[in-house]
Amino acid sequence: MALLEVERLRIEFPTRRGTLVAVDDVSFSLQEGEVLGVVGESGAGKSLTGNAIIGLLEPPGRIAAGEIRLSGRRIDNLPYEEMRKIRGKQIGAVFQDPLTSLNPLYSVGQQLIETIQTHTEMTPTQARTRAIELLAEVGIPGAERRVDHYPHQFSGGMRQRVVIALAICVNPRLIIADEPTTALDVSIQAQIIALLKRLCRDHGTAIMLITHDMGVIAETADRVAVMYAGRVAEIGPVRSVIKEAKHPYSHGLMGSIPKINDDKERLEQIEGSMPRLTEIPSGCAFNPRCPQAFDRCRVERPDLMNAGDTLASCWLYAHG
Amino acid sequence: MPVWHHLRDLVRRFLASDVFYSFKRSPTVMIAFGLTLLFMVAAALAPWIVPHNTYEVASLNLMDAFLPPAWVQGGKFTYLLGTDDQGRDVFSTIVLGARVSLLVGFASVFLALTMGVALGLVAGYVGGMTDSIIMRVADVKLSFPAILIVLLIDGVARGLLPRDLHDKAAVYVIILAIGLSTWIQYARTVRGLTLVEKNKEYVQAARVIGLHPVLIMFRHVLPNVMGPVLVIGTLGLGIAVLTESTLSFLGVGVPPTEPSLGTLIRIGNNFLFSGEWWMAIFPGVFLVILVLSVNLLGDWLRDALNPKLR
Amino acid sequence: MFAYIIRRALQSILVMAAVAFVAFALFQYMGDPINQMVAQDATLEQRNALRALLGLDRPFYVQFLLFLKNLLTGNFGFSFRVGTPVAQIIAERMPATLELVFVAALFALFVGVPAGVYTGLHRHGAISRFMLTVSLIGVSLPTFLIGILLILIFAVMLGWLPSFGRGQTVQLGFWSTGFLTTSGLKALILPSITLGLFQTTLIMRLVRAEMLEVLRADYIKFARARGLTNRAVNFGHALKNTLVPVITIAGLQIGGLIAFAIITETVFQWPGMGFLFITSIQFVDVPIMSTYLVLVALCFVIINLIVDLLYFAVDPRLRIDRSVSAH
Repeated sequence: MALLEVERLRIEFPTRRGTLVAVDDVSFSLQEGEVLGVVGESGAGKSLTGNAIIGLLEPPGRIAAGEIRLSGRRIDNLPYEEMRKIRGKQIGAVFQDPLTSLNPLYSVGQQLIETIQTHTEMTPTQARTRAIELLAEVGIPGAERRVDHYPHQFSGGMRQRVVIALAICVNPRLIIADEPTTALDVSIQAQIIALLKRLCRDHGTAIMLITHDMGVIAETADRVAVMYAGRVAEIGPVRSVIKEAKHPYSHGLMGSIPKINDDKERLEQIEGSMPRLTEIPSGCAFNPRCPQAFDRCRVERPDLMNAGDTLASCWLYAHG
Repeated sequence: MPVWHHLRDLVRRFLASDVFYSFKRSPTVMIAFGLTLLFMVAAALAPWIVPHNTYEVASLNLMDAFLPPAWVQGGKFTYLLGTDDQGRDVFSTIVLGARVSLLVGFASVFLALTMGVALGLVAGYVGGMTDSIIMRVADVKLSFPAILIVLLIDGVARGLLPRDLHDKAAVYVIILAIGLSTWIQYARTVRGLTLVEKNKEYVQAARVIGLHPVLIMFRHVLPNVMGPVLVIGTLGLGIAVLTESTLSFLGVGVPPTEPSLGTLIRIGNNFLFSGEWWMAIFPGVFLVILVLSVNLLGDWLRDALNPKLR
Repeated sequence: MFAYIIRRALQSILVMAAVAFVAFALFQYMGDPINQMVAQDATLEQRNALRALLGLDRPFYVQFLLFLKNLLTGNFGFSFRVGTPVAQIIAERMPATLELVFVAALFALFVGVPAGVYTGLHRHGAISRFMLTVSLIGVSLPTFLIGILLILIFAVMLGWLPSFGRGQTVQLGFWSTGFLTTSGLKALILPSITLGLFQTTLIMRLVRAEMLEVLRADYIKFARARGLTNRAVNFGHALKNTLVPVITIAGLQIGGLIAFAIITETVFQWPGMGFLFITSIQFVDVPIMSTYLVLVALCFVIINLIVDLLYFAVDPRLRIDRSVSAH
């Protein structure tokens, strides 16, 4: 059984000018210990999907249809208190900006101990020992001294390590990492990615890695889901998607990654930009920008269908 | 007719705006707006619409003093809300009093706003020494409650002017006092916003093409900081009316010859416990409705102009 | 941290100096004090003698320094109106005002903060909306009207509480307190509610706004993502982070209470400094006016210093020197 299953998820925002569908018909699954990259432009619905999984969609956003299951148990309709016990304990989260993810008024040790004690029966002394272990594990030098320091005394990269320590402190089986490296310097980004990979290997934790950076995905993920305008455009093994993307959008996206040993003069780019949620075209949302669009794409919306190694929601791969 | 088109465009844009949308959706705000408007019109036209001109001492009849409201036994229909100790019609004194209160309110807000916005713009745009001096003055004044500054200014005026002259100038002294004690808020807000606007491209561009700083400040920066100023101004009107009525109640405000709502409550308070409650209660009720309406408008405006809070 | 405190202390001194100067200017330019002190038919020589005796013929800055020296030694001069030393009059009146302000401040904090937290957390609840409406009415009701209404209801109509004065007081050294007798405590109720109500609603609205602001912060979302209980998130994380701005404004507001006491004391004929100040304005009794000003400014400065110290207790970013932090 898959660790996480998302099935036909639909997220809506009621506004005064009608209901906006921000995520529509999104399905994917995640195996134990697997790293799934979720990639797409901002506004594609990546972060909303992540927030929906940990049950922290911000009102007025709401799950309008679909199911989310963790180890077969449905979690999208749990009461707040039930879901709270899952958050942190079974699903950890890492957010984009380490500078604002930590409460400035508490020491990192206090924040770690509080999280550990929320989910386990440890005594304060045990929890503190565990907190120091965790800081050491995420690579913070002098953990024993640093545990009593406040967030403002850490640099950005170090703070993101603390955030990761908080996410893994009671060994969750899944971590939702929402743009964990975007706010960091490039040199620090690589260290954080390496850390996430190591933790995933050491503890068998699955990671849902949300990013708009294909480079990060290529380096880290086992599989990748490409999102466009609230839908999954393509999903499959990371090598297949990078080497021979089937969906014209993901193909274009891969064309925009710079490669060192490439003799092309310039990077490819996709004409136009992603539509706003209020103006999603009928049929395939990508059709106005698609070089290969034909009549069917303009009227009928494609579901995910087999396209060789990957699944792509594109009529090019319709059989029969 | 391009002017007409321009105007129609403006109206259309306003009708489609978020501000108007949230206005339409809130009956409370619409009522508050209606009441405020009613007060303003009544205050503006007061001398012509009141049933009895209470400023005309000759027309007063002491026989009619202390009459209760019309619906209470002993009341007369010509005096709907009763009469005061000198036989003045309470309803008329309230409408005329609201005129004085609103006059003081608007004038002092105008004074504080003009002064605060100008100083804030200069402090934020010019910076340096000018900025520090203006803001230090603001700091020192901020560590004092406005009401105390107002009382002080009034006290000084009282000491400097002869008694009869002071009574004549009282309204202006109060306008000056309230204005001088409340400009800081505008200045601080405008300064903060100007610091942000200053670094935006449009200001940089205006500088590059060599526009005069004064022109940049007032033609380009000012319109972009007016939203919050409008909010402070609206809430400030409520506060100014309250401050004026408080001063008049304390006996250091508007003299009884041309009473404001606060003066009326002060006079009425002397008779409150002997049973003539209407003389204090009715002006009080009108004062609260006026200030509440203005505050509701200000509160709503703040939320409507600040989409972050919605 | 040290530099910060020194800077604040300098600012306080600046404020006090400015206020002292205003008070001094009042003395200088509002009427000739000699006229108030000598008999109607005094000769010019007599006047000049008194002038020299009081140092009023000396240069401006010498007089200001003399004025400062007098202030620092508690010599505030004589009241123009009653002729007794100002220090003595103020000492009699001060306990009444301070006790009133103290009770009103407690009332404002203990009602305002919880109400603000509640309305911030339950943003759309019916009770919150009701409390917000009530608070808006509270902000729109002038203090003196609240006082009049309370007197009308609880003193005149119901006859439960006194409508004026402090009731019986007990003398503890120079301090006369109303805390120790039943009538003194009963007399405190209406004035302190009147005085505190406006500040209560203001503090409530402020705490609510800060709560809403903080609840949107990333670290609150992250705290929820860590599975912390609602209680820990709302009270441990959100409330603590609202404290810094709330302390600032609450400090200012409590300072404001001292000034607003003028109104309450007038309505309830409370024998405090505010009542004294209003009378002294009406009679242009400059020594009392200026002494009152200086004392109120002193209260403000003290409150501001307490606020600064509270910052250090709450915010570690101020407590720890930035230069120590390692990267």
